[in-house]
Amino acid sequence: MTSAHPPAVSASRAKRWGSFFYAEQVLRVMRGYGWSVFLYSVGQPVAYLFAMGIGLASLVDAHGGSVFGGVNYLTFIAPALLVSSAVMTASGDFSYPIMDGFKWRRVFYGPHASPLVPRQIAAGHIMASALKFLVQSLVYFAIVAMFGASPSPWGWVSAIVATVAGLSFGLPLMAYSSTITKDSGQFALVQRFIVVPLFLFSGTFFPLDSLPLGVRWIGWISPVWHGTQLGRVLTYGLEENPVLTLAHIVFLVGAAAAGWTLTRRQFVRRMGA
Amino acid sequence: MHNEATRSLSTSASFQMNPPPVITAENLTKSYGELTAVDGISFEVPAGESFGLLGPNGAGKSTTMKMIGGVSQRTSGKLSIMGLDPETHGPEVRAHLGVVPQQDNLDEELKVRENLIVYGRYFGLPLSYLRPKADELLEFAQLTDKAKSRVDALSGGMKRRLTIARSLINEPKVLLLDEPTTGLDPQARHILWDRLFRLKEQGVTLILTTHYMDEAEQLCDRLIVVDKGRIMAEGSPASLIREYSTREVLELRFGSERNATIGAELEGIGERVETLPDRVLIYAHDGESALEQVSARRLRPLTSLVRRSSLEDVFLRLTGRSLVD
Repeated sequence: MTSAHPPAVSASRAKRWGSFFYAEQVLRVMRGYGWSVFLYSVGQPVAYLFAMGIGLASLVDAHGGSVFGGVNYLTFIAPALLVSSAVMTASGDFSYPIMDGFKWRRVFYGPHASPLVPRQIAAGHIMASALKFLVQSLVYFAIVAMFGASPSPWGWVSAIVATVAGLSFGLPLMAYSSTITKDSGQFALVQRFIVVPLFLFSGTFFPLDSLPLGVRWIGWISPVWHGTQLGRVLTYGLEENPVLTLAHIVFLVGAAAAGWTLTRRQFVRRMGA
Repeated sequence: MHNEATRSLSTSASFQMNPPPVITAENLTKSYGELTAVDGISFEVPAGESFGLLGPNGAGKSTTMKMIGGVSQRTSGKLSIMGLDPETHGPEVRAHLGVVPQQDNLDEELKVRENLIVYGRYFGLPLSYLRPKADELLEFAQLTDKAKSRVDALSGGMKRRLTIARSLINEPKVLLLDEPTTGLDPQARHILWDRLFRLKEQGVTLILTTHYMDEAEQLCDRLIVVDKGRIMAEGSPASLIREYSTREVLELRFGSERNATIGAELEGIGERVETLPDRVLIYAHDGESALEQVSARRLRPLTSLVRRSSLEDVFLRLTGRSLVD
């Protein structure tokens, strides 16, 4: 091909596939960090599963592991670590890079001068991140399975659950990030006062109902808890009221969808149609 | 049947005689609350012309550019790009355009060549086209040996050339350049002007904003002088100078204290005397003879300089202010 196709073709392709075109850009950037993404997604589970699942588990299992629903401690915490890992990645991908796109290096404004529209730029960023969470979660799950911590044949689905959990936390955060015009340490606060408490009080290391009611609500509004409980149903067949299982799904998908809608609205508001 | 054939024949004939303008703006207005950034401007740009918006910072030039690209919605007035309304057909309009924004927004995490390819993908262009095209554009932007460098390793002038190369990836017939050389050193500016001139020779319509009068003189066939959102004058650089200024200007410096008071003593020399904080300008057809008259009155300037009138003088005449503060 020697010359560009006519503008009308560009416009119709961009209208149909624009989100994917932008996702492609984000993935190309990620490829530049390929090694660190890979090391993170393999290194983190191995480190956690060794420390918690082998070290801590040997003590827990020896001293009354019955509270963990009849499974060993490693099996109990593996789905929680998987979901937490996706949520933590999301807390990174949907905070500073958004600020960067609007304010620092202004990368969102490059495609905005092309036929792409703001909602596609938002969607492209989201889709590329979702793909990254999925790949990372599948690697994580494979390692969990190698540790023998996912006895059920449906265990692999927990990688998809972790991806959705990452989005259900990440997209409301992205909506918030896209409103910030001045960096005054908001993301450090999000990390300290939202991400860390969600990690600690979401039934990650012990069942949620062993907490006093005063803090149990943190779990109920936490994507980590909903994702973790679903993961437990999938990896070792945790017995749970089906209504509650359905509630987990509704919560995760609902929060992600609400976050996406708000993000799209804010992108359009900030960049113009 | 016969009628229809005649009609289509006559429209194509009129099309050839008088091609429709690439851009038509009528009473274009943009307000942000109380502030009116663009205040009812009208202009037309025919295909192949190099058209400039000259004015100081805050004149409404960038806002006009954003409305042309359909990324900022006008408050009122009409705007048509290639016969399309950018407000309702933003993607279609931008598919026709190449855009060089005021602030570079290259992807610093990608390599130089990759920036071009990624950008081309936004237009749905296939890699089979983009790979050779990227190399061709790197050659054009004199960046071939930087193809594999990271963007953050480039100088300001190189980044600007890469941004221009990027804007050409879809072979646009219309190029929007918002302050293309602001912040560049003189050598980098000349290289850039040369590249833009080549595009002009290829028939690309250039729309550029600038607050540099030399840039406007170098690149624009025709321009509008904009101040506070309004058009102050319109024409070619030469005709504007002819209309609003004299052929030559005598610049005198008497030192900052005397500059302010000397005006009265210079009265009658040349056609007009303009007193600025740092110098006094005497507008005259013949600068040298004006200087002789100054000497005859025994006024001794610290320095004196005779030069041709420029768009800077046009702007000063129209607004009473300098272009660059």
